[in-house]
Amino acid sequence: MGRAWKYGDNVDTDVIIPARYLVTGDPNQLGPHCLENLDPAFPTGHKPGDIIVGGRNFGCGSSREHAPLAIKGAGVPCVIAVSFARIFFRNAINIGLPVYESPEAAAGISMGDEIEVEAGKGMVLNRTRGEQYAIRPLPPFMQELLDAGGLMARLTQELAREHVGNMGNGGTT
Amino acid sequence: MGMTLAEKLLAAKLGRPVEAGELVEVPVDLVMGNDITAPVAIHAFEAAGATRVFDPDRVALVASHFVPARDASSANQTSIMRRFALAHNLRHYYPEGTGGIEHTLLPERGIVVSGDIVVGADSHTCTYGALGAFATGVGSTDLAYAMATGRTWFKVPETMSFMYHGQRQPWVTGKDFILHTIHLIGDDGALYRSMEFSGDAVGQLPMEDRLTMSNMTIEAGGKVGLVLPDAITEAYERDRALRTPHFLTPDPDAAYVARIDVDVSRLEPQVAFPSLPSKTRPLSDVGDVPLDQVFIGSCTNGRLTDLRIAARLLQGRRVAPNLRLIVIPATQDVYLQALQEGLIEVFVQAGAMVSAATCGPCLGGHTGVLGAGERCLSTSNRNYVGRMGDPGAEVYLASPAVAAASAVTGRITHPAEILGEEVA
Ligand code: SF4
Repeated sequence: MGRAWKYGDNVDTDVIIPARYLVTGDPNQLGPHCLENLDPAFPTGHKPGDIIVGGRNFGCGSSREHAPLAIKGAGVPCVIAVSFARIFFRNAINIGLPVYESPEAAAGISMGDEIEVEAGKGMVLNRTRGEQYAIRPLPPFMQELLDAGGLMARLTQELAREHVGNMGNGGTT
Repeated sequence: MGMTLAEKLLAAKLGRPVEAGELVEVPVDLVMGNDITAPVAIHAFEAAGATRVFDPDRVALVASHFVPARDASSANQTSIMRRFALAHNLRHYYPEGTGGIEHTLLPERGIVVSGDIVVGADSHTCTYGALGAFATGVGSTDLAYAMATGRTWFKVPETMSFMYHGQRQPWVTGKDFILHTIHLIGDDGALYRSMEFSGDAVGQLPMEDRLTMSNMTIEAGGKVGLVLPDAITEAYERDRALRTPHFLTPDPDAAYVARIDVDVSRLEPQVAFPSLPSKTRPLSDVGDVPLDQVFIGSCTNGRLTDLRIAARLLQGRRVAPNLRLIVIPATQDVYLQALQEGLIEVFVQAGAMVSAATCGPCLGGHTGVLGAGERCLSTSNRNYVGRMGDPGAEVYLASPAVAAASAVTGRITHPAEILGEEVA
């Protein structure tokens, strides 16, 4: 359970993590600057487990994977929004940050509400208002990717198979 | 049912028809990373145990954003990229001074060609769609995967058709077409979709303007922004393509999710107001907007044609008092050509600051970062809060012609005004 930090439409990657911090890929260094340009209260006021709730087109803008990494580094377990920008969505899944589309949740939740995500049931519970909202299931391919531990886990598996294959052919690599 | 250009491009690579909505895994012709995104990808690549890139001729790494290094941390990032590029013997590695901004460099040097499938760890990879290439931005993890395997996955996008008709007015450019289009459909108006640009008015645009249009596809949320290849495309690629281009066009009975017709004959130069590209207005509705800085450059409008227009307007004139004009050629080739043509001299004599090719202030990196309360007109593609520096700064977007004219007067100005022409 965490508190909701609620924002509007088009929360872009420049406000999620400004370019001046893109000199590291370390979530722990990026996390403290997450959302500082949009809401100076967030970096100092949020607690690990709090959840970011956005409107339409969350994560629009640059391809910087530093944006979902910063959110992860800030201790935010997932993001809920009406819709996500394409690259942000893909990056989030790739690094294992769950992102949930739910227009109902985004409409119902207010800043500071206590909310809980029950991903298995496809539900968001709003403890403050006694409401619950459905979340759209991820496309099966992306769910599999997330379950497998992200894209790099898949690459590791593929490389291991290739390695075994090469050995079978008498290769030495 | 026929296929759209996006579908055709993927189908050609797979050797079978595809349909919007389908998930496909495709081989890529080129993968690209820059000094911000590549280090994260290199870390992921190595952590996954990969030891070889799929093809050292097809991985491009470009030092573009924080170059020359603006501080010790960015120097470290660039050197991670250098170490990797040298270790893997990459043919298309462009360190500082040899390349420039990737999205101008790759088409200019013929490293991307028509018919290609390209993923780049930079959102403006969609620029190459102007050549009729399926090119889109991904993050660092996707880059790492593609560098190792030479493959990536896509959901085949639905396509929106944009047809531009009519004779454009003087001073109206591809930048104005695309700003107006984003205004029409909104910042997420093409989310997850392909934008297909066609019609006689696009057919008359030079390749540079088409690159500008495709460049800003992402500002409407689009996945790819494709211009139909034609004689202009062929002529552009003739002496530069490093591989054989494949010119594909959509089927006449292709299925589009939307068709948007734009009559450009009455279109004025456009200006996007802070802090979204969709907040675009025609120049006659802009009013009095005094400026502290004008930036001419970026992957959107830092090409030679852009600098020529700017120089034409600045020739024999001075930048307004108390205004900074920053001009940054998008590549070193553009820089050299501009030098040889005397454009750089025009800029310096007008009072501009000119720098070697870099993204610079476009993303608030360096070389012209804005302070609180400052107002900048930029030829780049994004005007989000804090994009060019302080979150309290304001960024307006426009074409190089409007930018140069505005630098002279100190407020947002129609180019015709400073030439004493009648404003159409
Ligand atoms: S010029 Fe600006 S938009 Fe283009 S690649 Fe560089 S930072 Fe990105």
